[in-house]
Amino acid sequence: MRAVHLLALGAGVAAIAAPAFANDSVMKGIANPAEQVLQTVDYANTRYSKLDQINASNVKNLQVAWTFSTGVLRGHEGSPLVVGDMMYVHTPFPNIVYALDLNNEAKIVWKYEPKQDPSVIPVMCCDTVNRGLAYADGAIILHQADTTLVSLDAKTGKVNWSVVNGDPKKGETNTATVLPVKDKVIVGISGGEFGVNCHVTAYDLKSGKKVWRGHSQGPDADMIMDPEKTTSLGKPVGKDSSLKTWEGDQWKTGGGCTWGWFSYDPKLDLMYYGSGNPSTWNPKQRPGDNKWSMTIWARNPDTGMTKWVYQMTPHDEWDYDGINEMILTDQKVDGKERPLLTHFDRNGFGYTLDRATGELLVAEKYDPVVNWATKVDMDKGSKNYGRPLVVSKYSTEQNGEDVNSKGICPAALGTKDQQPAAYSPKTSLFYVPTNHVCMDYEPFKVSYTPGQPYVGATLSMYPAPNSHGGMGNFIAWDGVNGKIKWSNAEQFSVWSGALATAGDVVFYGTLEGYLKAVDSKTGKELYKFKTPSGIIGNVMTYQHKGKQFVGVLSGVGGWAGIGLAAGLTDPNAGLGAVGGYAALSNYTNLGGQLTVFTLPN
Amino acid sequence: MHHLSTFVTRPLVAALALATVGLVAVHAEDAKPAAPALANSLNPNDKSAEPDEKLLKKDVAVKVEDGKYFDAEGHPTFHVTDQGKKVDWYAYSGYRRYHAECHVCHGPDGMGSTYAPALKDSLKHLSYEEFIGILAGGKQDVSSSEQKVMPAFGDNKNVMCYADDLYVYLKARAAGAMGRIRPGDKEDKPEAAKKNEKECLGG
Repeated sequence: MRAVHLLALGAGVAAIAAPAFANDSVMKGIANPAEQVLQTVDYANTRYSKLDQINASNVKNLQVAWTFSTGVLRGHEGSPLVVGDMMYVHTPFPNIVYALDLNNEAKIVWKYEPKQDPSVIPVMCCDTVNRGLAYADGAIILHQADTTLVSLDAKTGKVNWSVVNGDPKKGETNTATVLPVKDKVIVGISGGEFGVNCHVTAYDLKSGKKVWRGHSQGPDADMIMDPEKTTSLGKPVGKDSSLKTWEGDQWKTGGGCTWGWFSYDPKLDLMYYGSGNPSTWNPKQRPGDNKWSMTIWARNPDTGMTKWVYQMTPHDEWDYDGINEMILTDQKVDGKERPLLTHFDRNGFGYTLDRATGELLVAEKYDPVVNWATKVDMDKGSKNYGRPLVVSKYSTEQNGEDVNSKGICPAALGTKDQQPAAYSPKTSLFYVPTNHVCMDYEPFKVSYTPGQPYVGATLSMYPAPNSHGGMGNFIAWDGVNGKIKWSNAEQFSVWSGALATAGDVVFYGTLEGYLKAVDSKTGKELYKFKTPSGIIGNVMTYQHKGKQFVGVLSGVGGWAGIGLAAGLTDPNAGLGAVGGYAALSNYTNLGGQLTVFTLPN
Repeated sequence: MHHLSTFVTRPLVAALALATVGLVAVHAEDAKPAAPALANSLNPNDKSAEPDEKLLKKDVAVKVEDGKYFDAEGHPTFHVTDQGKKVDWYAYSGYRRYHAECHVCHGPDGMGSTYAPALKDSLKHLSYEEFIGILAGGKQDVSSSEQKVMPAFGDNKNVMCYADDLYVYLKARAAGAMGRIRPGDKEDKPEAAKKNEKECLGG
């Protein structure tokens, strides 16, 4: 048996060695918990840190170590990076990058401020947020609001190269971070409310040269799909799988934007991401399933070839973009270890799939108020296999144009938006920041003008009725069984990315501006501190000179900034009975600041 | 739809607006107290409305033409009746268009957001002409401390064909004639509104 054992060990080593190919510098950074080289913490998007100096018993002693003003108001999403002794901080538009020397009390080593046409600002649907930088091969990669992709020398801030990915005049903008993988950098694009035909593009990491581009809809070649080999729910997608699901040329203004997160599995050599809503928001104007909007994609990062797709919300009627992060874990399902992908969709379902094959394993509501569908059909023999079973009462398609469909949960901002969840291998639980908001939705006819918003629905949003009165929950989720383990009610939507650590602490921020630390097993609150502005950024951690730090960007804004005007449909009940959630503006104000915490010496 | 894009270009709108002002001055001088049929009847229990007595008085309709109400200055205005339960077609239509085209930046019910002002406040000061001008031409307020930019909607039929509707709704919000509740009942869609919509939106 010894020989077999050795062989197995050899295979293990090979598996570890192979990922080095993914991109040595990124893999090295991920392996070193002192650093954070990707917004997603690791390729798997677990947002888990092995650092454990700050733990469940001492986190209550946390203190502010230092702070840094970004000089920009508006919504601050994403988080800083730490590479070696340097910290890299980004801002919303105008997308300034600061390099701070951690050895020298965070002195500014260099600052990069791109020149961008301010006319890009109003084309960005929901504030001028940017979800941050990535580091690879000695370069800091910035994807600006105007879709300019820039590679900066990490040491000097000098521009290595820059390339333009889209045209803001047509409504094409960017808010997302990028994925450096192997010798490429993968980028997405925004513009779903402007009828953009969205795509994912790979550029050469060294030169900025375009390598491939795969659209979310259109002819097979545009999408880089093989009708025979690309599968959906285990079956080949067949020829013209997208074109068949749109009327005429509507796919050309089809949306399917790619403004979320990317993950990557070096072993399977597949990258994962989701596509957004089909344009317009009026479903009557675009008959068909509108493939492949609202879809989980698995692509080969070298060629862009699509391995599999799974459309979560065919023919969207509620703006449930499918762009939220894909978290890659290996867990036992029915006693068998499987490569999993877990995704908390805007539509309120938490999906777990086999990430090698795209097989659907779990689809359960991660907020009990979700009501637009009774469930996802899991019967492989059914013609509706994998599709949500839509409740007629909440179907804006079935109710039709000019009819106000009331009480739909979740609201268009989803049970969760882009704010990323975390996963701790110690508890095998996902920690999910959520919205607890419902809506009325009335679609009507609109006409398309390039570069102009193309919405076509009236919305009003309000806290989930007959619940705790708040607009958010922070939950722990068992992805294999599709069950909520615990749930903490929050007054406002939780719009901050979570961070799980080996110290059995989970961190997240709130819209009022609190950084909170909770026990990873029970959800019990262990620490909170009110930062200068509401938090929509993601909590990060790093280690410098043997000491662990926790950092978070404050700066309320983004779509969550709409929360400053908190939606209410029955103001008598809202202002009277609960009163508390009347308006976020009673709790916080604009401001861009980094707050860094540590334990006292 | 060539005639439409001409209609929505800014100089022409401004010229039209000026013409309206000229007319109105005369009209305003002999403005009489509102006829009982034109008076507003608001929801007394809607705490979210924040009524502004001065504006309510100023905005009251003195004239109605095929379901469209006009104030003493001759500008479109709202008509709220039955203790706030019913609004005129344009206020209703404005509510609907607002929550499709504007609320993503300006917040629900004109309450504002972190990146765009509360129009329920702006419309307390903005004139009809200024409103139409900004809607068509956009607005830039870029400095070191803020970057507020509104796009020009001059070419956007989904907005410009309903410019008066939006104005009427937001004026009702500013005066506190409408609160943060979706309008319940509405007056019938006037023939003129149907005709204008068809001509303006085109095929």
